[in-house]
Amino acid sequence: MARIIVLLKDIVDLTEMKVDPETRQPVTEGVKRRISELDKRALETAIQLKESGEGEVIALSMGGSGTRVALLAALAMGADAAYIINDEALAGVDALATSKVLKAAVEKIGDYDLIIGGEMTLDSLSAQVIPRLAELLDLPQVTYVKEIELGEGALRAVRDLEDVDEVVEVDLPAVVAVVREVNEPRIPSLMNIMKAKRKPTEEWDAEAVGLSAEEVKASSSVEILNVMAPKVDRKRIVIKADTVEDAAAQLAEAIVSEGVLER
Amino acid sequence: MAQNVLAFSEDRELLIQLLGKGKELADSLGGELNALLVGSNISDSGELAQYGSKKTLVADGPGFEHFSVEAYKAAFLKAVEASDPGIILIGATKRGKELAARVAAALDTGCMTECMTLEVDEEGNLVSERLTYAGSTIATEVSRRAPHIVTIPSRAFEAPEPGEGVGEIVTLDVSIPEPRVKVVERREKTKGDVDLEGAPIIVSAGRGFKAKEDLKILEELAEVLGAKVGCSRPISADMGWMDDWIGISGRKVSPKLYLACGISGTIQHAAGIRNSQILVAINEDENANIHEISDYSIVGDLYTVLPALIKALKEKLG
Repeated sequence: MARIIVLLKDIVDLTEMKVDPETRQPVTEGVKRRISELDKRALETAIQLKESGEGEVIALSMGGSGTRVALLAALAMGADAAYIINDEALAGVDALATSKVLKAAVEKIGDYDLIIGGEMTLDSLSAQVIPRLAELLDLPQVTYVKEIELGEGALRAVRDLEDVDEVVEVDLPAVVAVVREVNEPRIPSLMNIMKAKRKPTEEWDAEAVGLSAEEVKASSSVEILNVMAPKVDRKRIVIKADTVEDAAAQLAEAIVSEGVLER
Repeated sequence: MAQNVLAFSEDRELLIQLLGKGKELADSLGGELNALLVGSNISDSGELAQYGSKKTLVADGPGFEHFSVEAYKAAFLKAVEASDPGIILIGATKRGKELAARVAAALDTGCMTECMTLEVDEEGNLVSERLTYAGSTIATEVSRRAPHIVTIPSRAFEAPEPGEGVGEIVTLDVSIPEPRVKVVERREKTKGDVDLEGAPIIVSAGRGFKAKEDLKILEELAEVLGAKVGCSRPISADMGWMDDWIGISGRKVSPKLYLACGISGTIQHAAGIRNSQILVAINEDENANIHEISDYSIVGDLYTVLPALIKALKEKLG
């Protein structure tokens, strides 16, 4: 029986996020929060591993006030329980501090065989938390996983690297990061959505996992100064002509003269 | 305070780019630029001095033949001991990124991923610009504690010209930990099959297409241009006409030519196509955002524009 901890982060729904045309800053307030795409695939992986044998899937998230609602989706998909570290004093900390908190939380949950998450969350794109956690827990890490199976006390995975697919074997416990190719996450049934609300969810602050929020915050060393949509630097030539044929001919001419068709 | 810079990438081309930027940083901080090489039977460690590496630290041994994050981390920590860096530059390959995070955790310091720019501010902190929100925004971040670790993608900085630099080669004595992750097979990837990410020309469908069968017009255009066919999210996620979409949480592409047909150009789609060299749009809505972010666009109905464009291109290309 495998006990799997899945690391999930709720982020703004990127398909709904807009950019303020004046300030070029992203508008995140009031946008629905969802589990980051690759984390959701990690969860799907965990649920499939549970279904192929026996086990338990525990969702763990460091989040904020909206995280509980976002994690209902995880419970509906098939996670058995959810733990949320929600401590205002930890808002805005970096990947280093985040991984310290998650380390403390997985140790409190305890008795796990596998810790799994997405390669990176799509808001920060930092791809650090999984390897950092492996280092802090002194566990083997298996990153960029696109296929995985569990055996007796071990796992076998295919890693998707630039030049090769690497097939690896490692004893449990281990820390795994999945890539997009690993699966398509399921859409939970209405019945499972109803059931999710009755599954156990617990919220912890830093103290509950044995940490001082001040100390954790002080260890955080990377800070975001500002976030802006890039300036668009394009020609913005709108081709106008009396007939569609003329416009098409002008466009064809423009494409050819840009030299982008050369092989 | 003088700060040394340490550069590493298992990708030699990228390492040389890092040395270019590393030299600039080291000079401005009054420190020394050093490079780390890890591998088995390394024969070309002398080369790096001409790109400014003062000390080329070499970890050479059969245990380093293939990249293993634990073994490479052990080598890295030795290199840090031997060169006392204030700034660590690591090539942002997949392997480089996992190594950087692991080294950062071991050194209990911060790390900034895939930095496109790097600057030292008045207080000696390292400031960088990097993509966030799935590539739709650029975040300016500051690292406030040395050693500052950053990963840098290919082509963020130019490769320097080789010079007359003189440096020394320092052999590192690394005890490699017993590997816990056993590699049982390495399957080389076939390079022939160019996917969307590597395609030089892409034509792409959006909600302007009214039926799946109509994609045939786009396929015909693709054939004329030698292009791959892609689509925006609704065509794939909502309509299910194609497996995969371009944009946020989908594929990010960087073709020489991207032709968006009937695509409105949400920031989510724009983030996926921003690295296109030339962007062309055909959309009947003159207020569609795609016109704002394109090099050339036609405000018109794709059902009449596309056949005319196919004809015009055929005539031009013979």
